[in-house]
Amino acid sequence: MVEFLQQIINGLSLGSIYALIALGYTMVYGILKLINFAHGDVYMVGAFAGYYAAAVFHWSFVPALLFAMAGAAVLGVAIERIAYRPLRNATRIATLITAIGVSLLLENLGIVVLHPEPRAFPDLVQLRMVRLGALYINNRQLVIVLVATILMIALQWVVNRTRIGQAMRAVAEDQDTARLMGINVDRVISFTFALGSALAAAAGVLVGLYYGRIDPLMGIMPGLKAFVAAVLGGIGLIPGAMVGGLVMGVAEVMVVAFLSSTWKDAVAFAILIVILLVRPSGLLGRAVREKV
Amino acid sequence: MNAEGSGKRKWQDRLRAAFLSLSVLAAGAGTVRAGGVAWAAEPIKLGLVGPLSGDAATFGNSVVNAVKLYFDEVNAKGGIHGQKVEIIALDDRGDPAEAANAVQRLITRDKVTAIIGAVTSGPMKAAAPIANRAGVPILSPTATAAGITDIGPYVFRACFVDDFQGEVMASFARHNLKFSRVAVLYKVTDAYSAGLAASFQNAFKQAGGTVVLVQTFGQNDQDFTAQLTRIKQANPEAIYTPVYYTDAGLIAKQARQLGINVPLLGPDGFDSPKLIEIGGQAVVGSYFTNHYSSKDNDPVAVDFDKKYTARYGAHPDALAALAWDGAAMMAYGLEKAGTDRKALRDALASIKSFHGVTGTITMDAHRNPIKNALILQVTADGGHRIVTRVQP
Repeated sequence: MVEFLQQIINGLSLGSIYALIALGYTMVYGILKLINFAHGDVYMVGAFAGYYAAAVFHWSFVPALLFAMAGAAVLGVAIERIAYRPLRNATRIATLITAIGVSLLLENLGIVVLHPEPRAFPDLVQLRMVRLGALYINNRQLVIVLVATILMIALQWVVNRTRIGQAMRAVAEDQDTARLMGINVDRVISFTFALGSALAAAAGVLVGLYYGRIDPLMGIMPGLKAFVAAVLGGIGLIPGAMVGGLVMGVAEVMVVAFLSSTWKDAVAFAILIVILLVRPSGLLGRAVREKV
Repeated sequence: MNAEGSGKRKWQDRLRAAFLSLSVLAAGAGTVRAGGVAWAAEPIKLGLVGPLSGDAATFGNSVVNAVKLYFDEVNAKGGIHGQKVEIIALDDRGDPAEAANAVQRLITRDKVTAIIGAVTSGPMKAAAPIANRAGVPILSPTATAAGITDIGPYVFRACFVDDFQGEVMASFARHNLKFSRVAVLYKVTDAYSAGLAASFQNAFKQAGGTVVLVQTFGQNDQDFTAQLTRIKQANPEAIYTPVYYTDAGLIAKQARQLGINVPLLGPDGFDSPKLIEIGGQAVVGSYFTNHYSSKDNDPVAVDFDKKYTARYGAHPDALAALAWDGAAMMAYGLEKAGTDRKALRDALASIKSFHGVTGTITMDAHRNPIKNALILQVTADGGHRIVTRVQP
């Protein structure tokens, strides 16, 4: 029982990270109907931005985190401006292929510029063990869950309580009508990319902190899994991404703990296949027939 | 295209092939007639394959550094039988498929006499059959997995075999550290890791110890918390984790984060300055088996340490030492047998009491060296101390 609870805690830490990345996927999809496959690499760049802030400028955890988020936000906006905006009226498949291209570009640029050797991420938070009865929780796991929760609450507030959030929801609902209402659609899209990228960067820094290791290809697997998490929760739905991420994290840890590590990656994609077959709109999604 | 056309094309192809082979023959004859002078100026080409980037990059770079250092010295003294040695180094990124490509290229395009490499066992298993089939001697300085040299008569290595390494650590854990309960965590997708885990378990059980839990992980995994949480519940006195330094550093760190404070036991894959960089204080106190220590006071080893440090500004690791010995064995073979690949193979197979920096080497009937192992402990400054030396 103790072990089971301990594994749940491990799963929630991992799941919070998936959830943060999944939010970026789902927000962009909600507005542009685009699966932004470069998102996992934005997460990687965020981790490296945090690394440089901490290792080179010797900033502490919170400034490094904010720096990484700001840096990734700029990158996200730039990607949208350069790669996706010119294709705004192109077919969805053209934009999708472009997204894969941007992803490959960032990965290989990362190998050239940042070097392929894995690096040690600085210990920004001194390790401490917190004891809860027979349970051991380390403060880094608490930091991950805490930061993720704060960011998700902040996101909910931005989306539901601010003017720009209202504009985002309007654009997601119907771009053309939103434009007729005087909403600057391009600005709203840029803002969405900035927001999603910042959350991914936060996930990158948290992963660096937790595992202590980053490299230019670190975004591939978590990127794909967060995408599965977004689909699992219902793509385009913000609460769906949160739930999907947590479910994925816990499922993965449980599979490793009680089945076999060889099944770890398989389970993520098995979930994707099952959800697409059984409930394509996701756990929290309503079944909507696509208008032709 | 019609049938007549393709028939014509075939004829042209045949003619062209005939001319080509004639001209090759002529060129070959020309070289022979030109005599000793032209041959002597021709360098001996040796291929070198290893991970120069990726998770095992420090291994590959150590090997390249040492091999270059060795043959630069040979060349400065006038080469082997008047021929300079040219090294062609290729990156396999620690990937078996890349290693196979690299070896293929070295044999068909660069026409090397022999190959030093690959560095890690997985790539070596993919690369060695290609060289063996082509009759090109291939000597891995560092691939320790069982069965590597059974691939064929042209396959050699300069290091001891994993079974021995696993047995040495099992005996040390049982008899020197007096542990009776050990857990094992290994990488199931890696031949090196799986082989070591098996030999350690067998030897530890035979010595009267209990392996309380065996856990695995896969390629590119970075999260070991699920496995370590289980290990924690099993309450072992130590964790044997036969993995390379990157994984070892992460495992150590995550183990401490979960409140596991028992020492890690490891193989030669722990031997990298990156171990402490990634693992930090969590890896201090770990024990690992190794081929070599820069703190060894054997005169040959001291001399090597001096030369290597002078050129690269850092002490050599075991990989560099093994690569130096591998290069020395290759040079010995070339010296004795010349560049005929069959004769070179025979010379390498007959190496006896060869005094290298990693000990005295004698090739057994399976082309594996018989030599001793060291047990080292990681110290707080990121270095190590020699705990004991184990004879085979």
